[in-house]
Amino acid sequence: MLPTLNGRIQTRIAMLVVVGGLWTLLLTPLLPLPGPLGEAYAMTFTILLTTLVLGVAWEFLYHLIMQFRWEKDWPTGLSLITVVNEGALVWLLLSLDAVPGLDGPSVPFGAFALLFLTTWLVVWLLAVGPMRVPFIHWRFRGGRLV
Amino acid sequence: MRDDTIELPGRGPVAERAATPGGQPGDLTQELLDTDWWSDDMLVRAGIPVHDVPFVSVGGGIGSFVTVDYLRICGVPTSAIKVLTQLNTPWESYEYLTRVSQIPRGERLRSDSASCPDNIWGFPSYGIREAWATKSLKPLWHLLTEPFLNDYWTPKAGHAFDSMEREYHRIGYPETVVKGQVRMVRRRIGGGYFTILTPPEGAAPTRRIAYRSRYVHIAVGYPGLKFLPDLQEYREKTRDYGSVVNAYEPHEQIYQRLQAAPGTVLVRGGGIVASRVLQRLIDDRDRLGLQTQILHSFRTFVTGSHGPHIWMRRRGGDGWAYQGFNYPKSVWGGQLKARVRKLEGQDRADLYKQFGGTNTPKRRHWQAQLRRGRQQGWYQAFQGEIANLRPGQNGTVHVELKTDQGPRQVQVIAVIDCTGLEADVREHRVLADLLDHGGAGRNPLGRMDVERSFELRGTRSEPGRMYLSGSAANGGYFPGVDTFLGLQIAAQEIADDLQTLGFCSGLGPLRSTSQWWKWARGKRI
Repeated sequence: MLPTLNGRIQTRIAMLVVVGGLWTLLLTPLLPLPGPLGEAYAMTFTILLTTLVLGVAWEFLYHLIMQFRWEKDWPTGLSLITVVNEGALVWLLLSLDAVPGLDGPSVPFGAFALLFLTTWLVVWLLAVGPMRVPFIHWRFRGGRLV
Repeated sequence: MRDDTIELPGRGPVAERAATPGGQPGDLTQELLDTDWWSDDMLVRAGIPVHDVPFVSVGGGIGSFVTVDYLRICGVPTSAIKVLTQLNTPWESYEYLTRVSQIPRGERLRSDSASCPDNIWGFPSYGIREAWATKSLKPLWHLLTEPFLNDYWTPKAGHAFDSMEREYHRIGYPETVVKGQVRMVRRRIGGGYFTILTPPEGAAPTRRIAYRSRYVHIAVGYPGLKFLPDLQEYREKTRDYGSVVNAYEPHEQIYQRLQAAPGTVLVRGGGIVASRVLQRLIDDRDRLGLQTQILHSFRTFVTGSHGPHIWMRRRGGDGWAYQGFNYPKSVWGGQLKARVRKLEGQDRADLYKQFGGTNTPKRRHWQAQLRRGRQQGWYQAFQGEIANLRPGQNGTVHVELKTDQGPRQVQVIAVIDCTGLEADVREHRVLADLLDHGGAGRNPLGRMDVERSFELRGTRSEPGRMYLSGSAANGGYFPGVDTFLGLQIAAQEIADDLQTLGFCSGLGPLRSTSQWWKWARGKRI
């Protein structure tokens, strides 16, 4: 996938909202989270939203790094391993209780890691190939959906 | 084609005869030759039979194939398409070029895993399919770690040809093919176009056949690949066509001579073909214990990273400029594609120049081979140009080189020229006719000027449209035209334009998914 900055941001938003949203909906009841299910959903969806907002900012940094590459590309493997820095930042903000609307320190690490890693993996697996099946124009239009 | 042009499959010489009244009926008349816009009556007067079909594709190579594939998937029946070609299969010419330039079916192309001319979605990519077929995770690991821990993964040539063959039958492509040589395309008074085909001798009662269509697609491939003048001069003077060759000619005899007796060979050029030829020479050396000495001349000897500024630097070294694919990867969908799409005139030509230039992928295997050659002294690379070639003693070639270290004389048993001049578009007869009579013009790089939709600018014959894709469109709003993926991008733009004209269905999420599912099951459409 060789999208433009605009395309990457659009794809990220669409993927996290649709695929990430569905996945979070399915996974949350199975996660070892404290409190009733409603609170658990509030927690997981706040984490998803935080990932989304921070992710848009990350894209600008990745775009800058790409400029140093002659190919101006972002190899597939990088899209996968950026789970480490992005996950670490969200966890750091949770630990510092810096995520609005959420008691960050109360989120168990295991549940967070499971949610973050699996959501990332599902989104990545769809974005690197199957996404092109329904959205054949998306591929050649720099990842733009609109 | 002139005789300084390398012969390719499907480019048989044109046996042109002057229109002779009383000769074979149905030939071009002076009236037709001289007129830019033709009426139906003019063809009747010339006795040329006219066949009606909505869409004609001229060329029949991979450019025609991926365009027809796209249109078939968009619901166009085979009866609405005619592909006019001299080729036996769409990949015949490409396979010839890859084979002689040392990429037989078992070797890997320089093409991305997801550039699949048999599959417009590029999913599953060649890498995934190879992993599945070989029951191995290796290709997947390779894809995941490219280009950092591994070279870019690329498919085997045979994989690409076999998969194209499957798609060729799945979409009923053979039903669209009409054999013959296209002579010209002219605009029709009243709309659309006439494409004049010269059928093979004896295949039709008339000398020419005309196809009257609303839409025409031109994908004739390289206008021609020319021998460099020094090479051509030596061959013409000495009639020795076996020792001084272009790598795009069959040149197996040189490898055989090196097997029979040790010798020195001069390789010229810094592109992928030079890399492949060097690999063949070194593989033979290793496999058969040969003593081949290799001299390698670069016109521009690259010593390190190069480029106009920090945001535009390409890696290089040991003579080579390194790049994974024919173009920086983002021309096929990323930043560079978006940038070029907005540029006009000189600005566009300048950007093409920045990412152009001869280059080759930095493959670990090649690096190791050449390093060993340098260390052991049997491979020597240098900046140099050939000043003179003449026959040497005992069937050798005496080469005078002009290098940055001064003149140098060498005796070699062969010169393998891995450079090539791409001929001007005018050298292709159909393209020349379009420039002279079809209203077509040139782009900032001197090739055929196409719109963003790949409509050939200036050739419109309402309500008809003429499109052009492939190498002849290089220099347009989209740079990677002469690649697998580039041809698919062009096909998508053409199909989108044709959809707005009502010729085919759009490829929205539902149709796209259901068509992909048919592809996945190998279901004929």
